[in-house]
Amino acid sequence: MDPRLAIIERRLEDVKRIIAVSGGKGGVGKSLTASTMALIFSQQGYKTGLLDLDFCGPSTHTILGAKGVLPREEKGVIPPEIDGLEFMSIVHYAGDNPSPIRGIDISNVLIELLAITRWGELDFLVVDMPPGIGDTTLDAIRLLKRAEFLLITTQSKVSLEVVRKLLRMLKELRVPLLGVIANMKFSGSSPVAEEMKILDIPLLGEIRFDPHLEDSIGKADRLLNTQFAEELRRVLLGREWFKL
Amino acid sequence: MHEWALAEGVVSTALKEAEKGQLKKIARIKVKIGELQQIDNELFKSLLEDVLRVEDARVREAKLEYETEEAILKCRVCGHEWPFSDSKKELSEEDAELIHFIPEMAKVYLRCPQCKSPDFEVVKGRGVWVESIEGE
Repeated sequence: MDPRLAIIERRLEDVKRIIAVSGGKGGVGKSLTASTMALIFSQQGYKTGLLDLDFCGPSTHTILGAKGVLPREEKGVIPPEIDGLEFMSIVHYAGDNPSPIRGIDISNVLIELLAITRWGELDFLVVDMPPGIGDTTLDAIRLLKRAEFLLITTQSKVSLEVVRKLLRMLKELRVPLLGVIANMKFSGSSPVAEEMKILDIPLLGEIRFDPHLEDSIGKADRLLNTQFAEELRRVLLGREWFKL
Repeated sequence: MHEWALAEGVVSTALKEAEKGQLKKIARIKVKIGELQQIDNELFKSLLEDVLRVEDARVREAKLEYETEEAILKCRVCGHEWPFSDSKKELSEEDAELIHFIPEMAKVYLRCPQCKSPDFEVVKGRGVWVESIEGE
């Protein structure tokens, strides 16, 4: 019997809501949305944590500019605080090295992190998911039973095709689904809105492509002042589910 | 001492199993400690006893038994199998400590001694495991 599985729920009992930011494709802005969303929640006065589950390609630490921070050991591990967020990532342990892990190892890292991390009392725990419907997504559904999924897509047919499959699986497994955000909108038409109407999935909002966003990577205060953050803030604050 | 978190897991597992099996009292918990996690066995035993004392009455008097399991690694590319103890000698103290927290970090800091691949599996001896629970 794996002793870690029995303790995960207790580790998360002081977390009011868990939001898993996911999407089928890589490069659609999941990590940027997850990081910025966590910063917006925190700015609104909510106690917020950010958990990066993209073990093979973690990037939220780069987005936040978190360097050289380590969890504190105390009856488990206490996540370091970055820009007001309790922040947990595999980079605390792998550093700048590649982490070539797969299959059962991915499950083990996820279970270990969930079993030993002692989050404080949080209003929101935002989880940055890796692309795809593979190991981590299935494990997050299995282990983070309260997680509500928020999906990111672009209006590209390529991204929409993959997100459609993820939506189908989440629906089939009856996973709580907040809705979809269309990111990097670049034309007047709304293919994501049309697709979500067909699938009967709430489109939470559309965010225009922000050509200056890259300049703010690594600086949380600048990130919060971008066009991207402003439009994401509008999407989040206008929603009933944003309120606790 | 992140071992406390794992000790809590052992006791929670025992209590969950007790509920499943409708046990009024847990008499014995057998724990296996895999070498890869490099847990200080004496510290872990003492923490586990501390956790038992503050937990549910059903588990407070349980006898604890321990077994240590050697960690064996096997390369998925060339098939070479080797004991973690051979690789540990080459690890810095800092890297060994990171594997202690997350044993899968072995893939980050170790390579197959034969073909240098990071793509190896842990055949046995990963970390803490509850072997059996007895009660009435």
